[in-house]
Amino acid sequence: MSQDILAGLAVILEEVAGVDPADVTPEKTFIDDLDVDSLSMVEVVVAAEEKFSVKIPDDDVKSLKTVGDAVSYIQRAGVAA
Amino acid sequence: MTTTPRQVVVTGLGATTPLGGDVASTWEGLLAGRSGARRLTEEWIEQLPVQIGAPLAAEPPLARVEARTLDRSQQMALVAAREAWADAGSPEVDQERLAACVASGIGGVITLLTQHDVLREKGARRVSPHVVPMLMPNGPASTVALEFKAKAGVHAPVSACASGSEAIALGLDIIRAGRADVVIAGGTEAAIAALPIAGFAQMQALSRRNDTPQTASRPFDKARDGFVLGEGAAILVLEAAEHAAARGARVYGALAGAGISSDAYHVAAPDPTGAGAARAVRAALRSASLEPTDIVHVNAHATSTPTGDLAEAVALRTALGNHIDEVAVTSTKSMTGHLLGAAGALEAVVSVLALRERIVPATRNLDALDDEIALDVVSIDNRKIGAGAALSNSFGFGGHDVCLAFTV
Repeated sequence: MSQDILAGLAVILEEVAGVDPADVTPEKTFIDDLDVDSLSMVEVVVAAEEKFSVKIPDDDVKSLKTVGDAVSYIQRAGVAA
Repeated sequence: MTTTPRQVVVTGLGATTPLGGDVASTWEGLLAGRSGARRLTEEWIEQLPVQIGAPLAAEPPLARVEARTLDRSQQMALVAAREAWADAGSPEVDQERLAACVASGIGGVITLLTQHDVLREKGARRVSPHVVPMLMPNGPASTVALEFKAKAGVHAPVSACASGSEAIALGLDIIRAGRADVVIAGGTEAAIAALPIAGFAQMQALSRRNDTPQTASRPFDKARDGFVLGEGAAILVLEAAEHAAARGARVYGALAGAGISSDAYHVAAPDPTGAGAARAVRAALRSASLEPTDIVHVNAHATSTPTGDLAEAVALRTALGNHIDEVAVTSTKSMTGHLLGAAGALEAVVSVLALRERIVPATRNLDALDDEIALDVVSIDNRKIGAGAALSNSFGFGGHDVCLAFTV
């Protein structure tokens, strides 16, 4: 499950920001490690909402520092839904 | 107080146009008399009264991720700026002494229209977070400044079809005033879309020769009926002469002066007396310390509209007197179509090359000169020109008149 989410995020990050999928590992931070700027991060979130059928409110996006944070969030939000 | 202004030279050229993806192919196309106009094939074209245009000859060669956050006008500006910068020898310059002046007449209109569709069809959450930087008129200038780390200022003078020339004029002022040593200056425009075409068509500004696109843009010709909408970008690297000399740069020529005036006559129609345009030409001569007799070539604005070409002819005679009879006048737009906010920048590039190569590309489609236009318009064959100065005119809706003066 979390591996599927991780792989899905890698696809989105490659599409939106040109991140090499091999670099997308749980401990990486979006902004500093993967060089995803704040505007592209919005695109990543919207694409993730669509891909995983979840809602990620803007206020929660700030807490998603690492890829692992996002995987856990999506996993929880998916279960709740 | 009189002081000798800093001399400003041109050390790099870049362009992507309906004739080619770079300066060399564009220049070759002009010398060959090729037309960049064609019938448009987009699905939205069927609803429009005008179905021709002059799109880019080569799509911007940018990486997908690089392109997706940039409006088409910004992509084209980046392509042209990279070429110009490399052409200038990628100068080592203090970033705080490097400025960018890159203009667009309309801004990111394709982004505006496509994202408005997204908003209506898919909702606000799906609107791109990049939409504002992509549609803002200063977006291309910002794109270029970011690429080359220009920290002396980012400027985007907006003056419709005079924008590219005004950006170059501003670059001249900035270097003369000592605010920067190098300025990346020019214009870009990507407005081949249904709404702009429909709007220009409603103004009766566009040629309706849908069945003969390559002969639709016919400046100064008796049978001209409007311009052909083109797209593209052109960039010049402007440099303080002493800065260029210190690094041993190859110099194409000098941007000797620039003149700016305004008609205050009508929002779109040119003043038929050409008074405003003539004042811009005279101001350019003064700015360049040139006399009318120094001029060997005029790259006219000449869009192929019935009123505009005539007013410009009157203005040139007013400004240069009977010396205009000795001047080789051309219209680049007869081949490229009208690149709006990029037109002045492209024609600046062409003017510089014409002076340097001592040849002016002939104006296409001039089968019969309008009886009311008393100009020596170079047509059919390219013409060799002597040493001297060249003027490049640009006029824009809003009453903008800009004239650039180049010497070699």
